[in-house]
Amino acid sequence: METKNNTVLRNEMEMTFDAVSVNEAFARVAVAAFVTPLNPTMEEISDIKTAVSEAVTNAIIHGYDSELWQEDNREEKNQVYLRCTIEEDVLEVEIKDTGKGIEDIDQAMEPLFTTRPELDRSGMGFAFMEAFMDNLEVESKPGYGTSVLMKKKLGTTSWIWQEE
Amino acid sequence: MEENFKVIENYLMVRMPEEVDHHKSVYISKVADDYIMKEGVGNVVFDFEDTRFMDSSGIGIIIGRYKKISYFGGKVFAINTDTRIKRTLMICGLHKVIEIME
Repeated sequence: METKNNTVLRNEMEMTFDAVSVNEAFARVAVAAFVTPLNPTMEEISDIKTAVSEAVTNAIIHGYDSELWQEDNREEKNQVYLRCTIEEDVLEVEIKDTGKGIEDIDQAMEPLFTTRPELDRSGMGFAFMEAFMDNLEVESKPGYGTSVLMKKKLGTTSWIWQEE
Repeated sequence: MEENFKVIENYLMVRMPEEVDHHKSVYISKVADDYIMKEGVGNVVFDFEDTRFMDSSGIGIIIGRYKKISYFGGKVFAINTDTRIKRTLMICGLHKVIEIME
């Protein structure tokens, strides 16, 4: 971690965790804690937490096709990889899985499109990532996995909560 | 967690947890459906008083219950929503099909 006048210029962290649903909360809280040196607003923290939650949930239920009942008796070890970088006032988050991948990325990114309606998925995951972050890139290869790269510049929203 | 579900007349009241994500949503949807089927309630009220975080899984819970009860003319309400949750619901256009009350 490089600092200048107590402000973070560059910082990086990475972690790998099991693809189980309890880790959705762990992942978003970890990223939120990581950005605190940048003094983000409550709204920015919420945006980041929502986007991370969406990406990790996608990796677990779509990448690895996991359902709650399967999590206790899995044969193979499915894991989600997460990397965060802070450069000046820009946060970059990469979330990767080695699951089944996406056949048609454009279709997957359409709002309300979901392959798991039986799990009550709304099909809004990618739309939320796009809405709450500044930049979103999705790369995927069927059979090999998916990687989601999101960027957000901090300090652009008002410090005081704006009523719409 | 069953104490978060209550039937008052024709309304099922669901007290949403502090964090609504995929991990919690599976259970909420399942229990809410059990109540809708067994008690035959017409309307569902989601109370967001304790909720500080919600991702698209929360939208899935609401849309799923809406589809079930609107078929019989029932209504869905979201109450005690803070600015953030209200915004999340509105991004998805849910304010057109359910009643949102602050």
